[in-house]
Amino acid sequence: MKNKSLVSISDYSRDEILHILELAAHFEANPNQPVMRDKVVASLFFEPSTRTRLSFETAINRLGARVIGFSDSASSSTSKGETVKDTIKMVSNYADLIVMRHPLEGSARYASEQADVPVINAGDGANQHPTQTLLDLYSIQKTQGTLENLTVFMVGDLKYGRTVHSLLMALSHFNPRFHFVAPAELAIPKEYKIFLEKKNIAFVEQTEMNNLDKADILYMTRVQKERFSDPMEYERVKNAYVLKNAMLANTKENLRVLHPLPRVNEIHTDVDASPKAYYFKQAENGVYTRMAIIAAIMGLK
Amino acid sequence: MTQHKQLQVSAIENGTVIDHIPAESLFVVINILGLDTIPNQITFGANLDSRKLGKKAIIKVSDKFFEDSEINKISLVAPHAKLNIIRDYEVVEKRDVEIPDEIIGIVKCFNPKCITNNEFIKTRFRVEDKNDLMLKCHYCEKITSRSELKMV
Ligand SMILES: [Zn+2]
Repeated sequence: MKNKSLVSISDYSRDEILHILELAAHFEANPNQPVMRDKVVASLFFEPSTRTRLSFETAINRLGARVIGFSDSASSSTSKGETVKDTIKMVSNYADLIVMRHPLEGSARYASEQADVPVINAGDGANQHPTQTLLDLYSIQKTQGTLENLTVFMVGDLKYGRTVHSLLMALSHFNPRFHFVAPAELAIPKEYKIFLEKKNIAFVEQTEMNNLDKADILYMTRVQKERFSDPMEYERVKNAYVLKNAMLANTKENLRVLHPLPRVNEIHTDVDASPKAYYFKQAENGVYTRMAIIAAIMGLK
Repeated sequence: MTQHKQLQVSAIENGTVIDHIPAESLFVVINILGLDTIPNQITFGANLDSRKLGKKAIIKVSDKFFEDSEINKISLVAPHAKLNIIRDYEVVEKRDVEIPDEIIGIVKCFNPKCITNNEFIKTRFRVEDKNDLMLKCHYCEKITSRSELKMV
């Protein structure tokens, strides 16, 4: 993994994923390991994402490196029309590693080809967000003790939700069983179903949030009004994909509820106090996972 | 006899004849192969009758022998094209074109939010399906299908 960019979750093999998760556990046990004291990391956020940026910058700081960069394109030279290529060429002269978020899809792959230093994709439009996927995997492994043979329910916007797509691809290494719970208009795209069929992975599609007693992991996502071509359809289905505490009554003891955050109303606040609610802890896991990814790419662990 | 005469007129001594190009793809093929920029003698015929294609086009390029990687680029717009390799006025070899595994710099990505449609970048696709033609963008990872196919 040393010096290799992380653009898409498919850039990592099963073993590489497991290595990152092992490292993440190591950093969680001892978060203050300033092994990058002499390094500079560029954090280039061409669009604002406070949550992801703070998680990355915390990870960088805990590793002892210094951060340069910008938090939205208004404060960068891109607002003056500078291309991704020119920004990356310039920054790769200054930094040992680039963390980049950009609204255009494929921008991270392109940046990784232009940079002389490794690039970590912190989200390229609707395409990829691999560090989110790795922190999801870390959370699943931590709560279930394994990644193997789990039954995973994915709920909400399965059509546009990039976290869902990347997570199902990553989990495909570990013999999962999926239940896709979504309104017809936001159903899981055909290409992912073909992918799962090719890998002989069982999945069920359902429009109602039932059979939750089968689940080991309940992965919730936002159902956004603007995704519907017919606003009436949104009004009709929106409440069908809201998780309430009462729905967890007969679920397995080991079930954990995950959500990439921020949530809107798809998880009722009465779930927050449940021992099965894991989404806040999941966000914290992001720092350790990102420390692990950075350290692995810098060849420090 | 007329057939024979017609061939005589445009026969080439050495080079390549590309036959069975769909008539509407003639100029795209010329463009893809960069025939507008090479010094070789080139003759072409457009809107010729074809049993297979209705109307077809044909291109004859003197003293030019294409590499597979070069000629296969036209497979997207002329999948049934036939190559006749001519040496000393004789057809010494016939070849079909084949859709390559990777397509570089020919097709536009259909995704308006793709970086390749917003900065000056050579497009690059992996061919996921040759029959149904599904091209996966190396950058945005979205699939461009035949109905969305546009040349750069
Ligand atoms: Zn693209």
